[in-house]
Amino acid sequence: MAQTEAELLDNPVSGNPTLILRSPDFHSITEAVAGPVERPAPIGWWLYFLPALALLGLLGVAVSWLFWEGIGIWGLNVPVGWAWDITNFVFWVGIGHAGTLISAILFLFRQKWRTSINRAAEAMTIFAVMCALLFPGIHVGRVWVAYWMFPLPNQMSMWPNFRSPLLWDVFAVSVYGTVSVLFWYVGLIPDLGTMRDRATTRARKYAYGFFALGWRGSVRQWQHYETAYLVLAALATPLVLSVHSVVSMDFAVSVLPGWHTTIFPPYFVAGAIFSGFAMVVTLMVICRTAFRLEHIITLKHFDYMAKIMLVTGTMVGFAYATEFFTSWYSGNPYEGFTFMNRARGPYAWAYWTMISCNVISPQIFWFKKARTSIPILFALSIVINIGMWFERFVIIVTSLHRDFLPSAWGYFTPTVWDVSCLLGSFGLFFTMFCLFVRFLPMVATAEVKTVLPQADPHGHAGAKREISDHRAAFPARGGPAPEGAS
Amino acid sequence: MAFDSLRSLWTKPLLVNQLPSGPYYGILAEFTTPADLYHACERVRDAGFTRWDAHTPFPVHGLEGAMGLRRSPLPWIILVSGLTGAALGFGLQWWVHSSAYPLVISGKPLLAWPAYIPITFELGVLFAALGAVLGMLGLNRLPMHHHPLFQSKLFERVTDDAFFISIESWDPRFDASATGKLLKSLGARNVELLES
Repeated sequence: MAQTEAELLDNPVSGNPTLILRSPDFHSITEAVAGPVERPAPIGWWLYFLPALALLGLLGVAVSWLFWEGIGIWGLNVPVGWAWDITNFVFWVGIGHAGTLISAILFLFRQKWRTSINRAAEAMTIFAVMCALLFPGIHVGRVWVAYWMFPLPNQMSMWPNFRSPLLWDVFAVSVYGTVSVLFWYVGLIPDLGTMRDRATTRARKYAYGFFALGWRGSVRQWQHYETAYLVLAALATPLVLSVHSVVSMDFAVSVLPGWHTTIFPPYFVAGAIFSGFAMVVTLMVICRTAFRLEHIITLKHFDYMAKIMLVTGTMVGFAYATEFFTSWYSGNPYEGFTFMNRARGPYAWAYWTMISCNVISPQIFWFKKARTSIPILFALSIVINIGMWFERFVIIVTSLHRDFLPSAWGYFTPTVWDVSCLLGSFGLFFTMFCLFVRFLPMVATAEVKTVLPQADPHGHAGAKREISDHRAAFPARGGPAPEGAS
Repeated sequence: MAFDSLRSLWTKPLLVNQLPSGPYYGILAEFTTPADLYHACERVRDAGFTRWDAHTPFPVHGLEGAMGLRRSPLPWIILVSGLTGAALGFGLQWWVHSSAYPLVISGKPLLAWPAYIPITFELGVLFAALGAVLGMLGLNRLPMHHHPLFQSKLFERVTDDAFFISIESWDPRFDASATGKLLKSLGARNVELLES
């Protein structure tokens, strides 16, 4: 007796039985997730992978030309010394944050719905951080001395300035990347064991077996494993908040009107989670259709994610309003000018694109019909990411382009190489993501199994209501059900 | 006490297999559901076995209680490594700006400690995370790519949908036939004797 998607949405109480559709047994979850990795790539996969690879090639060309010729190939120049490079950097770091939110913060809050999407979201985080790290690396001009960013002993006896937010940023983003990889890998170990034990070819058995480290699923192992996972979640939570706060301090610690505001850290973190969830929705809509995982990644998951986008989008809108209010209330003519210039100056088109995409469009998620409609979610997720890219563009470029002296004013126009680097970073991101879904289980099967009703060995006092709900829904299956019942 | 497994990290060599030396590794019994496994574990625990383990495709909650396991000492490893990272991070910045390369920038003092907090924090988190992962692997004696349990064809389903108890032959109460019968009586679907 399988539940329909409609019943599921009508019963959004935290009842475990309703998270996964078709009330499957443990084996069918393994099959649904591991099967697509083991079969030859479907044609649809190539339709995503080849264009992504082409864009990655474009990135290679653009970056090679950049190294050869210098950053003069980009459109930035005084007074706009930072433009698309840093816009792209902040955009990509922000994308990553939803992955950590899903994997760490929702884990600490015991939000069991995260189990269907956390693996893919964590992978997204890692690939987004890779894209993000690319831009500060290549924008320094002389890439062959990019290692000066790190505190390495050198023949000049010179050390970096630890009092600068730009150096905090180097540490924050590198640590974030490292911890994200560790967290993701630890989560993968049991599932790599699954891939190892199902392997039919020698190559696959050795490849997965090597990375599964000889996992035996022993309770003595699970005990240390779960402790490690819990502590990693507890560490990743303040880390993710610190990372985008530090990114925002790249701007906020300067004395430039438009950047020098104390609201930046929370405002940047909310925006990061907003855009990251939009990217998760984009990817999950594609994956669940392509790999037939509609019963594991359900409309209920999208319903939750839409609510988070509504909340964070509105928080971002509130931050935009607060910035405007503060610039007026401060009585500082430069602050006031910068903000009026954003809304009414030469970049007004960018400002209003940002407002429409980020503040107005997510309001449609007040309606359940919109939160559970895949076409609307997909369209909105792309609109939101366009808006969030423009947010960073507006913050960076409109604050710079009109300096204190009108004689120094300028207008930034991107060149074909700016566009190539941005498109190319999407190529890098999607190539990595395509390879991930091709070779690794994209759903954390060990974790999804724990939210099935039969995973609970007995009814705890606290779980009694859930159990009785479950009994009402499945009269044939009192308590821990036999496998294969459906 | 809770530190026993922590102490074992240096009393027993890390990457050496801790395995029984006789001809048999032990007995492997397969159970169908987490509930069956849970109750069987309680009985094996109460029967006084010490060198045994349960194996599940996912963490089954409460099973460590049913097995009578103590809490993991891992948080202590993480605490120490995290504090070490934070101290190293702060020390690096202090040493660089006060001794190795003292340079006054925007009139800030050489020991501008509030400005050192972000990197101190980041390095604390980095070391704690590395401590968590490496500590977990060390306590679990991983990587260990070969193990007698992997001989069993049944055991391939431990990462899919089957639940196991393994009792090792060097347990003082181990007896190849009696222990097998005990596991059978606890509801095991299959019982297998494994060579070492």
